[in-house]
Amino acid sequence: MRIPSGCAIAAVISRTGRRMTGGAIMEAMKPMHDRSNGLGGGFAGYGIYPDYKDFYAFHMFFDCRDTRKKCEAFLKESFEVVKGELIPTRKMPEITDEPIIWRYFVTPLRSVLADLQLDEKEFVARTVMKINVEMNGAYVFSSGKNMGTFKAVGFPEDVGVFYRLDEYEGYSWTAHGRYPTNTPGWWGGAHPFTLLDYSVVHNGEISSYDANRRYIEMFGYKCTLQTDTEVITYILDYLIRRQGLTLTEAASVIAAPFWSTIENTTNSYEKEKLRYLRTVFPSLLITGPFSIVLGFDGGLMALNDRLKLRSMVVGEKDDRVFIASEEAAIRVMEPDAEKIWAPSGGEPVIVTLKEGAF
Amino acid sequence: MGVEFIYPEFEVVRNYDRCIACRVCERQCANEVHFYSEERGVMISDEAKCVDCQRCVSLCPTRALKIVKSDSTLRENANWQNDTIKEIYKQANSGGVLLSSMGNPKPLPVYWDKILINASQVTNPPIDPLREPMETQVFLGKKPSRIERGKDGKIKCELPPQIALSLPVMFSAMSYGSISYNAHASLARAATELGILYNTGEGGLHEDFYKYGKNTVVQVASGRFGVHEDYLNAGAAIEIKMGQGAKPGIGGHLPGAKIVGDVSRTRMIPERSDAISPAPHHDIYSIEDLRQLVFSLKEATQYKKPVIVKVAAVHNIAAIASGIARSGADVIAIDGFRGGTGAAPTRIRDNVGIPVELALAAVDKRLRDEGIRGNVSLVVGGSIRSAADVIKAVALGADACYVATAALLALGCHLCRTCQSGKCNWGIATQRPDLVKRLNPDIGSARLVNLMTAWRHEIMEIMGGMGINSIEALRGNRLMLRGVGLNEKELEILGISHAGE
Amino acid sequence: MKRVYVNEEWCLGCHLCEYNCAYANSGLKDMVVALKDKKIFPRIRVEGEDRITFAVSCRHCTDPICVKSCIAGAISKRDGVVRIDRNKCVGCLTCVLVCPYGALAPGEDGIMQKCELCLDNACGAPACVTGCPNRAIVYEERSETQ
Repeated sequence: MRIPSGCAIAAVISRTGRRMTGGAIMEAMKPMHDRSNGLGGGFAGYGIYPDYKDFYAFHMFFDCRDTRKKCEAFLKESFEVVKGELIPTRKMPEITDEPIIWRYFVTPLRSVLADLQLDEKEFVARTVMKINVEMNGAYVFSSGKNMGTFKAVGFPEDVGVFYRLDEYEGYSWTAHGRYPTNTPGWWGGAHPFTLLDYSVVHNGEISSYDANRRYIEMFGYKCTLQTDTEVITYILDYLIRRQGLTLTEAASVIAAPFWSTIENTTNSYEKEKLRYLRTVFPSLLITGPFSIVLGFDGGLMALNDRLKLRSMVVGEKDDRVFIASEEAAIRVMEPDAEKIWAPSGGEPVIVTLKEGAF
Repeated sequence: MGVEFIYPEFEVVRNYDRCIACRVCERQCANEVHFYSEERGVMISDEAKCVDCQRCVSLCPTRALKIVKSDSTLRENANWQNDTIKEIYKQANSGGVLLSSMGNPKPLPVYWDKILINASQVTNPPIDPLREPMETQVFLGKKPSRIERGKDGKIKCELPPQIALSLPVMFSAMSYGSISYNAHASLARAATELGILYNTGEGGLHEDFYKYGKNTVVQVASGRFGVHEDYLNAGAAIEIKMGQGAKPGIGGHLPGAKIVGDVSRTRMIPERSDAISPAPHHDIYSIEDLRQLVFSLKEATQYKKPVIVKVAAVHNIAAIASGIARSGADVIAIDGFRGGTGAAPTRIRDNVGIPVELALAAVDKRLRDEGIRGNVSLVVGGSIRSAADVIKAVALGADACYVATAALLALGCHLCRTCQSGKCNWGIATQRPDLVKRLNPDIGSARLVNLMTAWRHEIMEIMGGMGINSIEALRGNRLMLRGVGLNEKELEILGISHAGE
Repeated sequence: MKRVYVNEEWCLGCHLCEYNCAYANSGLKDMVVALKDKKIFPRIRVEGEDRITFAVSCRHCTDPICVKSCIAGAISKRDGVVRIDRNKCVGCLTCVLVCPYGALAPGEDGIMQKCELCLDNACGAPACVTGCPNRAIVYEERSETQ
């Protein structure tokens, strides 16, 4: 089942690694209120857990105490859990029906990894998949190091207040307001979608969804979230982490240039590479309208579908770079933003921290 | 006459008000149905010989002719239908196996017709193929499972051999012998112009057609007719034919009457000798033997040609395909039970095999479940009739489709299903020089190009409607399909939801 | 200039060209009315038997011998087309004797007739060409050497 949706996205990053509270990004979502319909909002912040930066931060929803206990026991079988706590929230009338929201800071046991002959990230990813697919009532919605996702059913600006994001500080933030045309009203369905430190906020509806899903599921991913954004997260994880592609190369797979453009590429290695990637990963081409912001450890990547069927603008001011569905959102974050431009379809905008900045 | 008498199946209806006795019908009928009565000064006919190929109807300049189904009838019986009874009479007369041609005509389910396609509304824009690029190119062949980089950090871009197609369609195997030189010339020229491939079938490759090699699949079948090193290297790909949808489990038989002149030379067998392809390849009695043949062919062609393994859709096709996908083959071609043939035993054609839609869905799912879908490309055939069938096949998981009957129709075939007689009035399934010349490849190739160009337009329109601008985003995209009037099990096998879900 | 050429390789010997010619030059709207129960006098003839057949009509020669030989001055060449003025023809059949192709023959009324490329009838293009089912007769430009 896939639920089509429209949406608003926004993001900000400080290239020098300066930490910003979640306040600005929450403000940015306000002028785009009409792009959401109150059925989902969410944020991802990077660099927010400096004290636990060597541990995977699992943000989780549970339907009841029992599930949480069961899940905790399961985690302890193969992870060292250094901390487990309720994620602090504010009670407010705009946000209701909340599940139990916890976070665990964990690291896989060396002995388990050695037994399974898996690298750490792969094991963490598989554990997340396992919980999300097999453990009824438990759901991991964030699993990276020194980053976290916060999402709920509601308007994004309310979701930010609910999660007290003004009390967190990070070097980059992404945000999403959702306009699903049909929804089970489920918290897990809000963006960002994450796996390890990759988080994706997405405005659009991808027409290639089932082709992408059925391909990526061959490699151990399971799409359980009833929305097409999830598959983008897994595709990027597969291409970048597992196949070792660069961000630009991954962008040229999911928003591949047209064959005619490839044939007209003058740089011969570039041409050969584009042709190769498109031939090897035809099923990972994403069609239909999308603008996405991929958050990862140390940066952001913004990307539009190759026809540019969704709006997305980028602006800068000093060390900060802003990305949003509308310029208004950028102006809220920084009234004096400069160099506002709309990247072309399929052209990735990659912003990374200066070396050693964070 | 007497007990063996079967009333002719068709009646030739001649409108004498219109007939100008030009005798075109007489000259054009290889079955000798029409003749001129000097005594009466009019055309008359012997409908017992008529096969309803419509050649006379098509060429009659005054539209004085039509062929209708005879209404002379046996007493109606839902169990013992007319055809069944007549077949019994025929067998009681001859003591022989009944022969038929072209695909299974029985009223068994056509799943394509019970599957509907999606389109975008509101949440996602349809794309107008007149204004935006719309890509239909596909590459068939094994895809590497890991990206590798050189010491300089650059991606190593060597790919296993691929077949490039400008649209996801190829002309499927029809041998020179079963069809005419001019039919092959038409297919080869059209494939070249379209940027797709045609297939030699198991009759070898006529020396005149080596120049179309880049657009040719050369077939190796159980008879190994016409197979030699130059032949293997002449094409863009090699196909090992294990089976055919119209006659799974049996071989082929081209009667000696058709093994004349160039056909005999191309097949490398003596004139007038029957060309009998055995049911199995006698060097393949198991999957590991297939692997040996795949690699023998690859050795013979320096690993430059993709190898296609073509199998008929039979009950355990998913397991068979899984075995083939691990055999080193680059492409699996699945031929459904509706696939055509130049001649097959009627009982086998009409009762053996399974629908290609179900076979495709099962194979695609199985290969994905095993994580080996990237090892091979999937090509399906066995009655792909239109651009809509192509779209549905691709969305179910096919990389491309094989088309033969539709191509023959474009060349003039009227599906009279008597190819086995060798008297094809349209110059297709015949080796008689006076009949072969009726198919002018200038016309034939242009009509094939027209047909495929039309399909390409339709494919682009339908894709655009779905908001998809490249065929690869449609492949295996089963959410774009919905079933109508299918039961739970059928939907489960097809991996699609019912309309309304 | 464009002329009617025959590719004998593709001629099926179906004789449709003869009937289309006779009909085209009948001036009648209905083929049945024009040709039914009548002997036809086409300006194109299919020659040969069995395996090799080909349609023959006027070649519109560069230096037409029929023009030179016509005792009545009825045959002339205008704009590359050899034409016959049926009012002038006296029916002497000299043209039949001299034409190496046998492209002239008397019509129903005994007056000579020949292919004039359907320029004077309602067809617009040579009827034998449009009606040929196998593109064995074509109307096209070819260089002299071909």
